[in-house]
Amino acid sequence: MSTTSVSLPAVGRRSPHRGRMKSFYPSWFYLPAAALYLVFFAVPTFASFYFSLTRWSLFDVSFIGFDNFVQFFQEPMLVQGFVNTFIYGFITSALKVVLGLALAVLLTSQLVGRGYLRSVVFFPVLVSAIGVGITFKVLLDPSDGLVNHVLSFFGIAGPGWLTDPKLALLTVAGVDVWKGVGIATLIYIAGLAAIPQEYYEAARVDGAGAWKTFRTITLPLSRPATATVIILSLIGGLRSFDLIWAMTKGGPGFTSDVIASVIYKQYQAGFYGLSTAGNVVLFLVVTAIMVPISLFLNRKEVER
Amino acid sequence: MAWKNARRAWLAAAALGAAASVLLAGCSGGGGSSDGKTQITWLVQNDETTVAMANAMIAAFEKANTDVTVKLETQPAGTEGDNLMKTKLSTGEMSDVFYYNSGSLLQALHPDSTLVNLSGEKWVKSLTSDFRSVVSTDKGLYGAPLGSSQAGGVVYNRKVYDQLGLSVPTTWDDFMANSEKIKQAGGVAPIVQTYGDTWTSQLFVLADFGNVYKADPDWAKQYTANKRKYADEPALEGFEHQEQAFKAGLFNSDFASATYDDGVKMIATGTGAQYPILTQAIAAIQQNYPDNVDDVGFFALPADKAGDTTATIWQPNALYIPKTTKDAKLTAAKKLVAFVNSPDGCEVQTSKLAVSGPFVTTACTLPSSVPPLVQDIQKYFDDKATAPALEFLSPIKGPNLENITVQVGSGISTAKQGAQLYDEDVKKQAQQLGIKGW
Repeated sequence: MSTTSVSLPAVGRRSPHRGRMKSFYPSWFYLPAAALYLVFFAVPTFASFYFSLTRWSLFDVSFIGFDNFVQFFQEPMLVQGFVNTFIYGFITSALKVVLGLALAVLLTSQLVGRGYLRSVVFFPVLVSAIGVGITFKVLLDPSDGLVNHVLSFFGIAGPGWLTDPKLALLTVAGVDVWKGVGIATLIYIAGLAAIPQEYYEAARVDGAGAWKTFRTITLPLSRPATATVIILSLIGGLRSFDLIWAMTKGGPGFTSDVIASVIYKQYQAGFYGLSTAGNVVLFLVVTAIMVPISLFLNRKEVER
Repeated sequence: MAWKNARRAWLAAAALGAAASVLLAGCSGGGGSSDGKTQITWLVQNDETTVAMANAMIAAFEKANTDVTVKLETQPAGTEGDNLMKTKLSTGEMSDVFYYNSGSLLQALHPDSTLVNLSGEKWVKSLTSDFRSVVSTDKGLYGAPLGSSQAGGVVYNRKVYDQLGLSVPTTWDDFMANSEKIKQAGGVAPIVQTYGDTWTSQLFVLADFGNVYKADPDWAKQYTANKRKYADEPALEGFEHQEQAFKAGLFNSDFASATYDDGVKMIATGTGAQYPILTQAIAAIQQNYPDNVDDVGFFALPADKAGDTTATIWQPNALYIPKTTKDAKLTAAKKLVAFVNSPDGCEVQTSKLAVSGPFVTTACTLPSSVPPLVQDIQKYFDDKATAPALEFLSPIKGPNLENITVQVGSGISTAKQGAQLYDEDVKKQAQQLGIKGW
């Protein structure tokens, strides 16, 4: 994935004598795409910068400078929202790396029904997050849910998965991992397939056991895959919204609120200017975190 | 190759154009007048009871007015609905007639610039002055009532009360004593809470406003002027009561995840004794537990002092006509609104909507036999022990109250913290509305 994005500029550099890269296609071919980009991305983005400086009721707009940003940072739930966002992003990201790698090792080994099991692991990725959220909300209901019924069959009193303020966010993170681990596994399977078999053969000849092979060959050589999984799941975790909204709506109270759900609630309440300011802040935060990470990882790729 | 690509680009452009025109057509589409009839659209919320009532109303209306056809449109209720309403009004896409809240939510629609002034219509004379004030601004009157008023307070199971020999409490201490007795007797949840539907958690605070009003009649005005706070008494009382009830362990065990429907079931069948809620719950009881309608009654949420205990009254929602409705459609729309407030319209209202309190127009009268719950509410009216809910006296209602009351009612935060948090929330709303003094 990141390999292709790095090699693209290299193609351009191959013909420096023309000054400007000659394209296969006439320039006006870009017009439809440019128009779409302008209308649906560039204009709304710049409009949102403007509206974030206003108090906006949809009926009228009054310019209030940076008051919205001041207000947004005074939001009592904002700190908790940020903390929750990072907890959520870190937990889901870490679990996806560990479980994804474990599943990938399992599913690349000689296993009966390997194709079937691969599909089973990947299947939750295909289901809509809202559908998953609603289903798990029913399954995890503290008194009528299937999960707690099964637990009580074994004599365990199941907790209020989504209603206990200490558990709610972790439960949603767990469901997110269940839903997203298929992608991580897929990336790792591709990464493991790229490791030359000769290394394993050599290790076997030298008498390395399964654990040593994994630790000294599989783990270091699947590092590019790990980087991709971390980037994807961290971005996903930082802007996570749909699953949380479907399962807890940030509740009970505000205990599972993340930044995106704080912003969405402001929008729902009709604070259009304030929620736009929140989105500008979220945009800047995600950019500030992701640009250095992606630059760092891309540089590694080039050096290799 | 190049030719192929060029053709593909043209195809794509053509497809894009076609898609865009479909979208535009979707925006501007709408019934005209075919076969000499005027067709108007009517927007209501998509819950079952409302849609059934609206369909019955349209059938009766079209029978009486053969030159008009009404097309029903639906949309979600709640905050999502609020945003849809505002978007439709501000882009000129609103249906010819629409059904929406009165009071503070109406004020957020900027009625003076978006709605048709109906103050000259004949049915206005029959409205109660309380209702008139909640659909009016200084410049005009914009709404016609559809439905009856309702009270917010405690809906209780009369059988449980009879079995334990309890009497209706008039002070908070009585209420807690009753709840303890119910708890001791076992098997029945003393107080029903349903935080699976977060809005239901607000009633300890919202239905306490009648008591605040009695203790300080000027409270709402001073609150709008930024001079009264929820973190101070008497308004703090509502938060404190919710906290006390939680700490005493009086809630049903599944309060954190139970839904409104669960709560209605508990109170109708007697597995729960007392449910602080709006009396519109009677509609759900009539629909789902018709045999239990006579088992439920109502009392006002008790104040600390018996003299302050006052029933909090919610005004019904109303029909509005946006300024974008014009000419023949405007005439037809006004006919529909007038029909709803005529004897024929009232008959549809009483048969299709459960009556949850007195009507706000003299055009509609209560049926001869009403359930005990409605009789209980009427008693408060007869004793002049009622007050309007805060949302009808002040345009400011903080949007996060329901999350804050869930926190207080689940012991995540204290009453005082919750009230302070809500004051912050109120401040934001007041600033958004551009109210002076914030």
